[in-house]
Amino acid sequence: MINRRNLLQSGVGAGLALGVSGILPAWARSASEGNLGIPALSGKDFDLSISSFPVRINGKTGMATGINGSVPGPLVRFREGDDISVNVTNMLTEDTSIHWHGLLVPFHMDGVPGIAFPGIKPGETFNYKWNLAQNGTYWYHSHSGLQEQLGHYGPLIIDPKDADPVAYDREYVLVLSDWSFESPHRIFSKLKKAGPTYNFQQRTVGDFFEDVSKKGFGQTLQDRAMWNQMRMSQTDWADVTAATYTYLINGRSTQDNWDALFVPGERVRLRIINGSAMSIFNFRIPGLAMTVVASDGLNVKPVETDEFQIGVAETYDVIVEPTEARAFAMVAESIDRSGQVVATLAPQQGMRAAPPEMREPVLLTMKDMGMGGMDHGAMPDMQKADAAPMPGMDHSAMPGMEGMDHGAMPGMEHGGMSGMESMDNLASGVERGPGVVGIAMNPVNRLDEPGQGLGNVDHRVLRYSQLRSLDRNPDLRAPEREIELHLTSNMERYMWSFDGVRFAHIKEPIKFYKGERLRLTMINDTMMPHPIHLHGMFFDVVNGGNDHKPRKHTIVVKPGEKLSVDISAEHVGDWAFHCHLLYHMHAGMMQVVSVLDEPNPYASSMPDMMNMEGMEMEGMDHSKMDHSGMSGMDMPDMHTGEKN
Amino acid sequence: MRFTIVSSIAAGLAMSGFTFGMPAFAQQEGNQQGIQTSEEPLWSQADAYYGTAEMAKAREEVLHEGGAQPTYYVLFNQLETQSADGRDDLYWNGQAWYGGDINKIWFKTEGKSSLNNGDVEDAELQALYSRAIAPYWNLQAGVRHDFKPDSLDYAVIGVQGLAPYFFEIDVSAFLSSEGNVSARAEIEYDLLLTQRLILQPRIEANLSLQDVPERMLGAGLNNIDAGLRLRYEIKREFAPYIGVEWQGNFGDTKNFIQATGGETDKTVFVAGVRTWF
Repeated sequence: MINRRNLLQSGVGAGLALGVSGILPAWARSASEGNLGIPALSGKDFDLSISSFPVRINGKTGMATGINGSVPGPLVRFREGDDISVNVTNMLTEDTSIHWHGLLVPFHMDGVPGIAFPGIKPGETFNYKWNLAQNGTYWYHSHSGLQEQLGHYGPLIIDPKDADPVAYDREYVLVLSDWSFESPHRIFSKLKKAGPTYNFQQRTVGDFFEDVSKKGFGQTLQDRAMWNQMRMSQTDWADVTAATYTYLINGRSTQDNWDALFVPGERVRLRIINGSAMSIFNFRIPGLAMTVVASDGLNVKPVETDEFQIGVAETYDVIVEPTEARAFAMVAESIDRSGQVVATLAPQQGMRAAPPEMREPVLLTMKDMGMGGMDHGAMPDMQKADAAPMPGMDHSAMPGMEGMDHGAMPGMEHGGMSGMESMDNLASGVERGPGVVGIAMNPVNRLDEPGQGLGNVDHRVLRYSQLRSLDRNPDLRAPEREIELHLTSNMERYMWSFDGVRFAHIKEPIKFYKGERLRLTMINDTMMPHPIHLHGMFFDVVNGGNDHKPRKHTIVVKPGEKLSVDISAEHVGDWAFHCHLLYHMHAGMMQVVSVLDEPNPYASSMPDMMNMEGMEMEGMDHSKMDHSGMSGMDMPDMHTGEKN
Repeated sequence: MRFTIVSSIAAGLAMSGFTFGMPAFAQQEGNQQGIQTSEEPLWSQADAYYGTAEMAKAREEVLHEGGAQPTYYVLFNQLETQSADGRDDLYWNGQAWYGGDINKIWFKTEGKSSLNNGDVEDAELQALYSRAIAPYWNLQAGVRHDFKPDSLDYAVIGVQGLAPYFFEIDVSAFLSSEGNVSARAEIEYDLLLTQRLILQPRIEANLSLQDVPERMLGAGLNNIDAGLRLRYEIKREFAPYIGVEWQGNFGDTKNFIQATGGETDKTVFVAGVRTWF
């Protein structure tokens, strides 16, 4: 049932691995169970079987749906350029599927039921076949129903055909995930019934009086007025929290302690994959710097950092070089700081790193409300604010001013701001209705900010703007057209959508034309970050990287953010495009991108000027790139700072 | 408030014909807003590999799973004993809905039964079609039946939703089969003392457009129940509470009650459980 390599290894380690989730595949075993780093073996033929089975997490037994009887599933590892065949057998009583996340497979092998194929019926075996010219760290997971939440995910590595530019002595895969003993359908239905049901960090009367004693009564009222007027919560970081989740690294909770070995002085490569259903994590190893060498499978120029935020479905490869012979804590903290999971990186088997204290939750900011780069001139509704000083607001998009993020905005006049509806004209593509609470009044580019909520930590935090592709980008053409897409929601009804239209109600897919180069500009009108994933294509993130833009399959669009990615529509087919927060997708935040092998109706209408501007943009401040009049759909002056 | 209610009544009268004819159960969103089955598919490139029939079915499913799944909700906001002067009543106030994000079937029930002699004094059930008309507001229309004190039918129109500052609002106008118009407004708020200890102020007011002596209702404001309930959410879905409520009558309603020697106002102590699933 499992591939030859795993078969051999599970034979060796089976006895040791019992007790957590049955027989774990070799890569996911801890050092105590004989895992001294993943062996660099390659397979070409894989047999995967999807079934339901019991797992033990934190000493409690639950039922999982997963691959080859383990959570996470086996490591699918092969070599770039090989002819790969994967047989997936469905042992469930319902349909299933496997989507190969980030792999540029032919679209009918992409594994999304209803879009790429019909799905795999109970008892059926589906044969996936491909030969890929890409390498790196990826993952795979179900695209059927809510199976991802139940454990239906696993890591995937493609070894480069040629020499790996990243040198390392030892490597491990870390699959971060979120486990609940509640059924995912129950979780989803609770979110529909009572949105904040899992939020136990809401603002209380006690917080109010604490603020009053710090800031005074008037100021406290003023700070809260806008949030309350808009029926928004300043603590709405995550829909599903540690109230129901146990966070896992390689299927282990902190208590179950996954440990990995190193020899001091070694270069250890950690391939970190966020395989969660709903949890964006902050990842750090206190006392150990990490050098990011790849993101979403593709190599980046090495960047040293101390912490990074990893959206659901993103991957980061980091190199660490521990020299001290002591146990290090590998910490994945959920973005709302309701919980964390700690694994151990240690010089000896069986060690347990001391988990760091949980950090205090922080509050969402004005910027998260889409009012980030507000300056009075550009805001017709904000005239009243003129008289009042608005420290920080004019400069909020400037690099190096992250500290402003969490400051109150004294003197802010709230009176004229509650009317988001007056901004309708700024988002003509959005279908307004009960599903859309508002349009970000003044979204800003936040690529040069650390992960949301990490503005005030006292160490380095990775920013998207730091990422540069190691290789020159394959397609250097300027985009020929721009598609603007709003990420929209009504959290009160738990409705999530693109441009105000839930997937169930779309009138047509998003159409790309084969061979075209286009720019996708996303505006997050919601109060939550969304890891947006497009199947079958990479996003060239417009972050000031010129011809070395980082290329990603999933990008976190922060609340109140407007960012752009460039896309080459190469692979004809129908591709899923969605928020990778499972319940957001399930609520409708999904679309289909149809890459059509048809004449491009936009091709002829391109004025030459566009190309010139496009070229010019390559060298310009990333945060201004979408203001060059490309489509006439731009926001008023975003007043962003110059990049250093 | 007064203005809102009066305009609700006007709207209720204007729409009452429509209300009775409302095919509420036929309003499922999927059918209404076009999940496409027989028409030209929205995308179809995989059909060439797997056949149109199989893909069409899977397409329908994936669309349905992208925001068209119906949900249900059952809430007993109040399920409590009310005690004053040696008299104990069981009071309930609950609602339930089923449907999609926009269109729902919505039930509301409210009533009171004496725990001293077991008599059901008041019992009503509303069956409504609810449509989301704005991000935070639902327009609701349908029928109400009073089982007690007498059997009586009404047409209902109302607005329910969440006002700025997180006030839960429910305002309804009723047209009885006897031609009488009345209205009810409910406002409540959750004040978080801690993450689980929540104080809920709640006001319910009933109004009547005309005197209805046989039901002891006077034109104008009939009565107000103003309560304060302190609950502890053992789970979000299950919260025992205690509280106090003032129940007072006004105007001619008060006079009618006085004339029969009844209590015109009282303060009751309540203990109960708020639960939803």
